[in-house]
Amino acid sequence: MNTHGLTDDQKDIRSLAARFADEVVAPQAMQWDKEHRFPKEVVQQLGELGLMGVCVPQSLGGAGADFLTYALVIEELSRGDAGLGVTLAVHTGAGTLPIIARGTRQQVERLVPPLAQGHELAAFALTESNAGSDAGALTTSADNGCLTGMKQWVTNGSVAHVFIVFAKDPDRPSAFVVRRGAHGFKPVRETDKLGLNSSSTADLQLQDTPAERLGLPGAGLRIALATLDGGRIAIAAQATGIAQAALDIAVEHAKERHTFGKPIGAHQAIQQKLADMQTEIEAARALTWRAARLKDADRPHTVEGAQAKLFASSIARRVTGEAIQVLGGYGYTRELPAERYYRDAKVTEIYEGTSEIQRLVIARALLGEAARE
Amino acid sequence: MKICVLVKEVPDAAVEKRINPSTGRMDRGGERNLNPYDTHAIEAAMQVKEGGAVDVEEIIAVTMGPSTAVRALHKAVSLGADRSVHLSDDALAGSDVVATGYALAKVLERESPDLVLLGQQSDDGECYTIGAVVADYLRMPSLTQVIKMDVTPGSLRCERQAEYGYDTVEIELPAVISVGDAINEPRYPSLKAIMGAKKKPLDAVGIGDVGLEADRVGEAGSKVVCGDFKAPPQKAAGEIIEDEDTNETVEKIIAWLDERKLLA
Repeated sequence: MNTHGLTDDQKDIRSLAARFADEVVAPQAMQWDKEHRFPKEVVQQLGELGLMGVCVPQSLGGAGADFLTYALVIEELSRGDAGLGVTLAVHTGAGTLPIIARGTRQQVERLVPPLAQGHELAAFALTESNAGSDAGALTTSADNGCLTGMKQWVTNGSVAHVFIVFAKDPDRPSAFVVRRGAHGFKPVRETDKLGLNSSSTADLQLQDTPAERLGLPGAGLRIALATLDGGRIAIAAQATGIAQAALDIAVEHAKERHTFGKPIGAHQAIQQKLADMQTEIEAARALTWRAARLKDADRPHTVEGAQAKLFASSIARRVTGEAIQVLGGYGYTRELPAERYYRDAKVTEIYEGTSEIQRLVIARALLGEAARE
Repeated sequence: MKICVLVKEVPDAAVEKRINPSTGRMDRGGERNLNPYDTHAIEAAMQVKEGGAVDVEEIIAVTMGPSTAVRALHKAVSLGADRSVHLSDDALAGSDVVATGYALAKVLERESPDLVLLGQQSDDGECYTIGAVVADYLRMPSLTQVIKMDVTPGSLRCERQAEYGYDTVEIELPAVISVGDAINEPRYPSLKAIMGAKKKPLDAVGIGDVGLEADRVGEAGSKVVCGDFKAPPQKAAGEIIEDEDTNETVEKIIAWLDERKLLA
């Protein structure tokens, strides 16, 4: 990986995350995956190191680094375990940053420091059985400051303390903050998934649950979309990290595995694969960094974030498949992590907006009115 | 008690090290990092400070090197040092181990530490000797490959790794201790420490500030002459024994060892 153009702080924080991923996360990831276990103690360690509030201002208990640094951390941790990567991405990007951006001063000062220090975890509850990217179709409703409805596939759903919940208020969606333990609030089902088994994905039930509004009434859609703009950059970083892990194991295997009297890396068929994989990863990383830098500069980054996520997720799926191909039979077994990378990669084409939605975002910017029927 | 930790900026472990044939010095153009062996010395200092057996007022990271070496000091501070001293001067370029040891000793004299710690080797020059040279100039006792330290006010009990086992040595402070990498597992720096490292005091000094005699350092003040560089000879290819049937594999290994009279 070429770190040219990163600041000293960015390099140092990236190498901290890389070391933590190599020494603490990766050696346990296979076990977490097998047991479907959320690594609470590791999340706590991330908090102690300051990794749960990378891009949160220091005055609010965060590290005060920029968004690109946060993306670097997501990539490195996801290289160790993509489930941990999404736990952190949702906690910070989707759970903490919207409070900083839209909360009142009182809300920010009360809610953010425990999140930034990792004492509490945050979640983002937008999706319902019939509403996701189509956020206008929500059925969860607000009445007199209380929410009623069902939310689906909420990352960190069973483990979070603070939830950003979207509900009709009364006609247009507003954002709300709900605390775990509030009246009528219950994570009802932990979802069994193809991958990301070390992360929690739960359905939530809200029955007359007291909530505080975040931002203006009716601003929910805008808040959700702005959150997703940044969230996509983090998912692009996650996808890049998964792909890098897959390339690393493929390269290692290509050096060690011998066929016909030489390492398989000496066969051109394998060399060509590995060269393509690395090139695609570097391109995904470049798109991700570009989008993160635009966000840091307060410039529009909706299209760039969509492009980064669209590309990084697609190459993550391809590269993880190719890694299995390089490993052959070994890649298909659960004794090596290649198959886990493959399972983990797929969801990056789905959540925080599917690849189809990313293309829609890109095409609409390209075509303007002509893209609409 | 005051602890000084000697640190060095070296080419990053991922960079292939090369000698520039025209200057005879290492090419330092690529990515650089804090010498990984020195992180064990910083950690050892932190453990003395946190251990509570003695009262440590401050831990000072000291380096000699070009302007870029500031990065190594920032890293040392992010790992726990309270402040740092950077000796940098064009006149120092090309110093050999003795000249470097002399220069570092002059900086240390100004700090008058009770304990000087450093890593067992640098990841570039790999001389393993700078601690002893510094100690000689400072007229302090010196130990190498220390893997355990018990500090009491005024004295130090160390266990050091030797070829034949372990030595337990008790010495008086002040002393210069080079620590083996088995002494500890360096901690992770927190993000706060990384972001705050640049704000900690950094004292930049030149040769005039520490009373260095210019003719004892740099290329002119160094007696070591390097030249006639050669790449190390290629190793012969090893023999790979594929493990298809473990009983057979063991037999093959034993036969191989027996052929070379390596079995008693």
